[in-house]
Amino acid sequence: MGRIDGGRDFEGLVLPHLDAAYNLARWLVRDPVAAEDVVQEAAVRALTYFASFRGDNARGWFLQIVRNAAYASLKLDRGLRTVPLATGDDTVAAVPEPVDPADNPEHTLLKTQAHAGLDRLLAGLPVELRETIVLRELEELAYKDIAQITDVPIGTVMSRLWRARRLLAAAAQREAVP
Amino acid sequence: MTRPHDTGECEMTLLVQADFDGELDAAQAAALAAHRADCPICQAATESLGRVRQALREQAPYHRAPDALRARLTARAAPRRATSAPGWRRTAVAFVAGGAIAASVMLAVVPSGAPGLPDQVLAGHLRALEPGHLEDVVSTDQHTVKPWFDGKLDFAPPVKDLKADGFPLEGGRLDYLDGRRVAAMVYGRAKHVIDLYVWPEAGADTMPSMTERDGYNIVRWRQNGMALWAVSDVERYQLVDFARRWRAMP
Repeated sequence: MGRIDGGRDFEGLVLPHLDAAYNLARWLVRDPVAAEDVVQEAAVRALTYFASFRGDNARGWFLQIVRNAAYASLKLDRGLRTVPLATGDDTVAAVPEPVDPADNPEHTLLKTQAHAGLDRLLAGLPVELRETIVLRELEELAYKDIAQITDVPIGTVMSRLWRARRLLAAAAQREAVP
Repeated sequence: MTRPHDTGECEMTLLVQADFDGELDAAQAAALAAHRADCPICQAATESLGRVRQALREQAPYHRAPDALRARLTARAAPRRATSAPGWRRTAVAFVAGGAIAASVMLAVVPSGAPGLPDQVLAGHLRALEPGHLEDVVSTDQHTVKPWFDGKLDFAPPVKDLKADGFPLEGGRLDYLDGRRVAAMVYGRAKHVIDLYVWPEAGADTMPSMTERDGYNIVRWRQNGMALWAVSDVERYQLVDFARRWRAMP
């Protein structure tokens, strides 16, 4: 009796990481429905590439696919509505208000969200800072895994984490000392 | 009160962060601790990192996958069960395309085996987990384990050590399955135990297939005239990984 058993092996490799996949997608696209679409799309891609998967880090492999699918989704969306994507490592989402030239851009971001809770501030971080801090603090991944998933050197992971945390630190402190 | 920028600039701050994230080795961490004792910036940075972590854990939700999504993907991964899943049709074409590729290497002919054999294998595994029963020969050396089976069995089980792959051989023992003597090899995976049962079985080689019994995973395949059944409480993907590596090793 012959049967296709790829489903079960695929299931064993990918489904254990479904929470991680959805959490990452949700924090990247910031919408529950879009996040489900992203994870579904990623699962289909993972199934396609499954036969060529080598190695022992199934979680990193799948999260990388999820992240790429999320970026594709964000790119599609960008024409329809404004998504505060940063254009590079040294820029932060543009803010529409007049800016004190003495401020640095990160300080500006803080001021514009002075009343936001920490979760909203996290959601408002530039996407490359957001994915890095989510993978580190919520997923508790090591630098090398984050570097693999986000496709940057470890040094970049470290500087992104640092910038993300500096932005969040001010908010955390504000909440602690009203 | 500290303003954000006061926690700023010391060239060691990225190391402070790496230490906070557990990324430094002992020597690096010790060197950093010596520096931090005299550096108020790095002391403040350490406190700040802790505050952010705590605040994130309290306030930033971890979004678990919705049950409906999990159900859909589970259905998709096992197409035989998928006909009743809503939303299946929409991506059926994509799935079939992907599935065909996966199937080209994963087509499996399940070893027949006797009815109830999975239960027997699991019972053997659980029996062996009781204190003192795990290995009859304790050795991490396949050249010790292999000769140990000589004369105790009417076949020569293939003994492989997968230490380099993260599954070190820990020993071997004899067991009885389906009324016959079989070889059981014991592998470690972190603090878990994987039992690999081996006995002769006629037929062509098969790809690994998966069964679950009472929360334990069983992966079985046939290779070079031997039936191989791996049973463990390690995560399913790890057991699949074990089987893949074992099969690939000469």
